[in-house]
Amino acid sequence: MKLNEMTITGLRKMLDKREIRPSEILDAVYARIEAVENKVQAYLITTKDEAYKSAKEAESAIMENRASLLTGIPVAVKDNMCTKGILTTCASKILYNFIPPYESTVTERMKTQHYLLTGKTNMDEFAMGSSTENSAYYPSKNPWDTGCVPGGSSGGSAAAVAADECIAALGSDTGGSIRQPASLCGVVGLKPTYGAVSRYGLVAFASSLDQIGPLTKTVEDTALLLKVIGGHDPKDSTSAPAEMTDFAGVIGQDIKGMRIGIPKEYFIGGLDSEVEASVKNAIKKLESLGAIPVEISLPHTEYAVATYYVIATSEASSNLARYDGVKYGFRRDGKDLLDMYMKTRAEGFGPEVKRRIMLGTFALSSGYYDAYYRKAQQVRTLLKNDFDKAFEQVDVIATPTAPTVAFRFGEKTTDPLQMYLSDIFTISINLAGVPAISLPCGFAVNGLPIGLQLIGKHFDEASVLKAAYAFEQSTEWHKRKPGL
Amino acid sequence: MKYEAVIGLEVHAQMATETKIFCGCSTKFGSEPNSQTCPVCIGMPGVLPVLNKKAVECAIKTGLAVHSNISAYSRFARKNYFYPDLPKGYQVSQYELPICEGGHIEIVIDGEVKKIGLTRIHMEEDAGKNIHEGGGPYSFVDLNRTGVPLMEIVSEPDIRTPAEAAAYMKKLRAILRYLEVCDGNMEQGSLRCDANVSVRPVGQKEFGVKVELKNINSFRFVEKALEYEIKRQIKTLEDGGKIAQETRLFDSSTGVTQSMRSKEEAHDYRYFPEPDLVPMVPSAGWLEEIRQSLIELPDAKRERFVSEYGLPEYDAEMLTTEKAVASWFEEAVSAGGQAKAVSNWMMGELTRMLNDENRSIENCPVKPEQLAGMLKLIDNGTISGKIAKTVFEEMYKTGKEAAAVVKEKGLVQISDEAAIEKAVDEVLAKSPNEIERFKAGDEKLMGFFVGQVMKATKGKANPQMLNELLKKKLQSS
Repeated sequence: MKLNEMTITGLRKMLDKREIRPSEILDAVYARIEAVENKVQAYLITTKDEAYKSAKEAESAIMENRASLLTGIPVAVKDNMCTKGILTTCASKILYNFIPPYESTVTERMKTQHYLLTGKTNMDEFAMGSSTENSAYYPSKNPWDTGCVPGGSSGGSAAAVAADECIAALGSDTGGSIRQPASLCGVVGLKPTYGAVSRYGLVAFASSLDQIGPLTKTVEDTALLLKVIGGHDPKDSTSAPAEMTDFAGVIGQDIKGMRIGIPKEYFIGGLDSEVEASVKNAIKKLESLGAIPVEISLPHTEYAVATYYVIATSEASSNLARYDGVKYGFRRDGKDLLDMYMKTRAEGFGPEVKRRIMLGTFALSSGYYDAYYRKAQQVRTLLKNDFDKAFEQVDVIATPTAPTVAFRFGEKTTDPLQMYLSDIFTISINLAGVPAISLPCGFAVNGLPIGLQLIGKHFDEASVLKAAYAFEQSTEWHKRKPGL
Repeated sequence: MKYEAVIGLEVHAQMATETKIFCGCSTKFGSEPNSQTCPVCIGMPGVLPVLNKKAVECAIKTGLAVHSNISAYSRFARKNYFYPDLPKGYQVSQYELPICEGGHIEIVIDGEVKKIGLTRIHMEEDAGKNIHEGGGPYSFVDLNRTGVPLMEIVSEPDIRTPAEAAAYMKKLRAILRYLEVCDGNMEQGSLRCDANVSVRPVGQKEFGVKVELKNINSFRFVEKALEYEIKRQIKTLEDGGKIAQETRLFDSSTGVTQSMRSKEEAHDYRYFPEPDLVPMVPSAGWLEEIRQSLIELPDAKRERFVSEYGLPEYDAEMLTTEKAVASWFEEAVSAGGQAKAVSNWMMGELTRMLNDENRSIENCPVKPEQLAGMLKLIDNGTISGKIAKTVFEEMYKTGKEAAAVVKEKGLVQISDEAAIEKAVDEVLAKSPNEIERFKAGDEKLMGFFVGQVMKATKGKANPQMLNELLKKKLQSS
């Protein structure tokens, strides 16, 4: 197996035994990027020079027995996380030249361990989208079929992991932006509990929903990366006061007696039959491993998408107000201040971003606030209560991650509502704030991967990872590689 | 028809914290533009606010001092609007659930105490400053002030006159300065005031149409702006016109208010709860700790000055406006000065001299014990009240004790009857005409004789003795 195809866990052992050097992993990763990136377009920029510089430091750390989990491991980072001195555009024209003078907390924590940043990955502009087609620069391609989307918004990160253009990646998930592309690209992706991972330095889309999480080749790698990036951060007031659990003891435990909830609202019309079959088989598999399936109900599920598109857009309309051409980023001069504002934002933002800013501005307007924003917050509480109630009965909940496998470019761009429905199974999880993972659970006849979503209680990533690992270890799906 | 005004004030007070409300930048005034900024306060992508506990403490302290309810659960909200001095495109403020609700402030008007109710106190971050310089088609932005913590203290529409408004501002400033939660410096913008004003016929219960006055930045302007605006509204009504609901700007150079924007042009700020900050739930222990730290406040002090020292309300109010002035007074009294006499001297000569030099009481060259010492010399007849003014001036100039000044300048009062009699005799001998006229009934001439003797004795003659002697001599001559 080539080094770029390996996992964090596998490379860790080799590095610690000094069988390989960090720079050799980089050689393999950049050779792969060289070979396939023109087809995949996972990255917006690669950071080869910085990576090799970090590799030297990583090597010293290993030689001096100061290695940590990520020392010498190449990781790709979604372009909405600030990296000091390195271009961070959010795949938007409005930040085309933005070089942050500060580091996000997640990358800072990886830096402390001497990780190797391979590059910044492509995404839908400001993380708004489900296909990367909203990137202001170019779309990323699905490594399993380059005529299909990789999902979004963390499509670049998912594609980079699936194509072995990195060992692991970070993404962000506001309504499914880690899990849906993980599902469509056949990799593992986890959205942690809201507050489990610091948002400091993550360019905000919807502050009460955004969470950073790992995209990896195995469940074990996800657990490991989560351990590195998670835990309290004094710079983020919404980060939970606790340290991140060490999942080493959890991974590998058997799941006998674990109660798996099957919400009937997630197996409905619109769900692709191949996806449904794979997910049902996956549940059977879990049952064969000793888990107990329990039919449950999450009665407010049908309101999730509408609720999400009020809350997320409201917060976005405010979060994106700072891109006004005054301080940094793109500016188009105008005849006066208002003209400058309008030209800058009209030209700097893409159509989907503008659509959401307008939706959110409307929802917060005086006279509409109670009918939209306040009502949506109330429904959000009901959705959260649904999960709280369900978790009185079960330990984890199993659902499909996305209603279909990867779709073709252009298939949904003309109908935003169709596109929004790509996130129908992932959105409630962000509104409730609970953790959820997506992992490969099969392939459609056309060879495209299918994802299983496992949802847990607040701060119970452990149960999610335990079930996911047990499933993964008893199946072969994660071992398949796309034939690029 | 007679009209009365209805006034409510919104006062922005800059809280006296070392650092900004959501980041670690300094709040120092007057530094190089943009030298006190960081990614958080200039609104770079992805940064997050972290609340300064000291700011919350200032707001709670103030709330406790003005008898507000401290909210068990309060939160921040975003106020959205575009402006270059607002780097995030929204101001983090409080909207639905402010930190303090209710309360009141007492003012003294014509010797009477009046309570002005408070609606709320909320916290927010300040915006930066646009600077229009250089004459080009551009402006500069200074973000040093961005994120400086403010509290907005909103009164009920309980104020009826510009004088009451000024008294309210002064009292509020006194409380904030006592608590050391705001330096109260209006020139530097630490205290800013907007007013809501309407007028209505006396006796009418309903409020008139409200006008918001902005940009009132000194005590003097509070009264001036309100006086102008009230007159303008009354005249408009008397001329058969209608008051437009609008925001008006006060121009301190012309003393006139001018329309800034109408109700229709009012912003829709699209407030919503700030998702980057968690709700504030102050613990009972912390509240108690803050309560314990509260010192005696102006109102309590004023009441005590009346009851303990027997001062009139007016004196007590004046002496308690500044903590340092009140302390100075109490030190002088405890050094033996009679309370009313100390008060008179402080509000008279001392204030005049300090004002002439724009000096604060902390830097007063005369110490409280020294004033008490001088008052003793008056009491025991060593100097007259009149001479005391000369003595006090000298004490102020040199910082010397009263006794030393009196001795050096030979200002001891002449209470030797023989010496005064001699001087009286000499004056009377020189003034036969005046004596004639006095006897003919021109009693005003008594003053002339006193003056002449005082002149001869360089003002040192004991006035009481002099009066008695003169009367006796004039009657007998």
